[in-house]
Amino acid sequence: MPSILVKIWRFYADGFRNMTVGRTLWLIIIVKLIVIFVVLKLLFFPDMLTGSTDAERGAQVLDMLTERNDNSL
Amino acid sequence: MNDFLQTVDWSRAQFALTAVYHWLFVPLTLGLSVMIAIMETRYYRTGDEELKRMTKFWMRIFGINFAIGVATGIILEFEFGTNWSNYSHFVGDIFGAPLAIEGIMAFFMESTFIAVMFFGWDRVSRRFHLAATWLTAIGANLSALWILVANAWMQYPTGCTFNLDTVRNEMTSFGDVLLSPVAVDKFTHTVTSSFALAAVVVVAISAWYLLHGRERLLAKRSIALASVFGLIFSLAAALTGDRSGAVVARYQPMKLAAMEGLYDGERGAGLTVIGLLRCEESRSSNSDAFHFKIEIPKMLSVMSYRDSEAYVAGINDLLAGNPDEGIMSAGEKMRRGREAVAELERFRQARDAGDERTMEEIRRKFDPSTEEGESFLREYFAYFGYGYITSPEELVPDVPLLFYSFRVMVGVGTLMIVLFAIVWWLNRRDRLERRRWLLWIAIMAVPLAYMASQAGWIIAEVGRQPWAIQGMMPVSVAATDIGSASVATTFFIFLALFTLLLAAELRIMFKQIKIGPDKGDDKE
Repeated sequence: MPSILVKIWRFYADGFRNMTVGRTLWLIIIVKLIVIFVVLKLLFFPDMLTGSTDAERGAQVLDMLTERNDNSL
Repeated sequence: MNDFLQTVDWSRAQFALTAVYHWLFVPLTLGLSVMIAIMETRYYRTGDEELKRMTKFWMRIFGINFAIGVATGIILEFEFGTNWSNYSHFVGDIFGAPLAIEGIMAFFMESTFIAVMFFGWDRVSRRFHLAATWLTAIGANLSALWILVANAWMQYPTGCTFNLDTVRNEMTSFGDVLLSPVAVDKFTHTVTSSFALAAVVVVAISAWYLLHGRERLLAKRSIALASVFGLIFSLAAALTGDRSGAVVARYQPMKLAAMEGLYDGERGAGLTVIGLLRCEESRSSNSDAFHFKIEIPKMLSVMSYRDSEAYVAGINDLLAGNPDEGIMSAGEKMRRGREAVAELERFRQARDAGDERTMEEIRRKFDPSTEEGESFLREYFAYFGYGYITSPEELVPDVPLLFYSFRVMVGVGTLMIVLFAIVWWLNRRDRLERRRWLLWIAIMAVPLAYMASQAGWIIAEVGRQPWAIQGMMPVSVAATDIGSASVATTFFIFLALFTLLLAAELRIMFKQIKIGPDKGDDKE
């Protein structure tokens, strides 16, 4: 079993080591995900549903669903 | 316009922007993965090294497209939580389950086997490599299936019940969600049209090689495969599109009426082939909706209900109602919707006051296992979303956008069928290379094919407006109440980022096409 794992590890390690175009693509993907998940999430999108259980989050959504029923939209 | 309405509009714009960019990558991934698998199967059977070379070249194009497409897809799913948190909670596991299956099964499956596809040429057996290539193609298309099932549920919510305590919909039948007519139709039409688009791209790149007198054997063999593949699947897209019309007529009649600019319903309704709509203020009935139009008599009735004398509802019928045809007015739906929302409000007040008796009474109304509950859910809660609509006119989507998008999609789709047939025939008789004008047309067909593909999504999504979930939740209720400035700022950040990524992808792809199969990098 360990030798299979080592083989799989080497398979991926060699593959990534020998990448050329792929490296550029990975770089693009990583930059994009950092921008999205770190910068934007932290700066622009606070957690709106903060409850830890379904019922707590449901209570918040119920409040919003009924508050938006004032025909003021 | 208050800040929240601006937030809703910016959130819609942001989601549309992300979806449009994402859809630039997805259809090519879906179709090219299958074509690569067919190429490699032929290599496996014949041992022809030219076929291996061809497979590896198209695999490289696939890899570039796939890598960038994955990143935009992740952002789309992310936006459900950030911009549409009420919606995300409200849809619960119905939307979550297909997306989770997509993430766990299909995405990991295709990602795992993609590694074997790219890294494993000389390290695993030919048989295992071929299996990995096919599993990548199947995985990519399964990913699409789950996403499209989730989208179909938004167009036609079924197989669920509403849990009042958690304020979310719960799945009662996975089969109903997976096999709803809208889901089946959406998957088959999206996949077949994506296969056709990918074939256009393969034909176009091959045509470029022929125009430059390079890689002639690879180009001709690629065209031979892609033109047949494209012809089969563009015809299949036409058939599934025809079925799509019937499904929309039944489940989203307002979308169909808007697509056709049909204001007054009629028996034996004609299908408008081309037409020029008047401005919005001038359109109120069939007689004043168009400057001119050319239509095929009775065709809309045939396409919608397979009956040349069937009644097709118009926008005015759907707003004012038409009792003779069994069409309820928007006003009545709004009244029922408000009753359902009022019960929700009563439940909230009872919850805040700790009034368990009233809460229990209302819970019974939402319990589908009781007669009272079954009746309330069918007669009132079925129109829940209408309770938030302030005027019937809000229920009419953008008629010109839908009308023209539909004609672009169908028109380009028809051109593709003709193009594939001519290219296949001339390539088969070895006369294609001399028709340089046709090779140029094949190249110019690429942006047209993408335009048609995007137009299809515009019809699906703009046609559903004002709903996030058809009849159940308008977008104004689905959106997260965050500051409009945040969403507007991130919209422009996304716009810049996605445009840069698209430019990067095109640059890498064009460079690889110019380099060609031999001098390109074997290991992606």
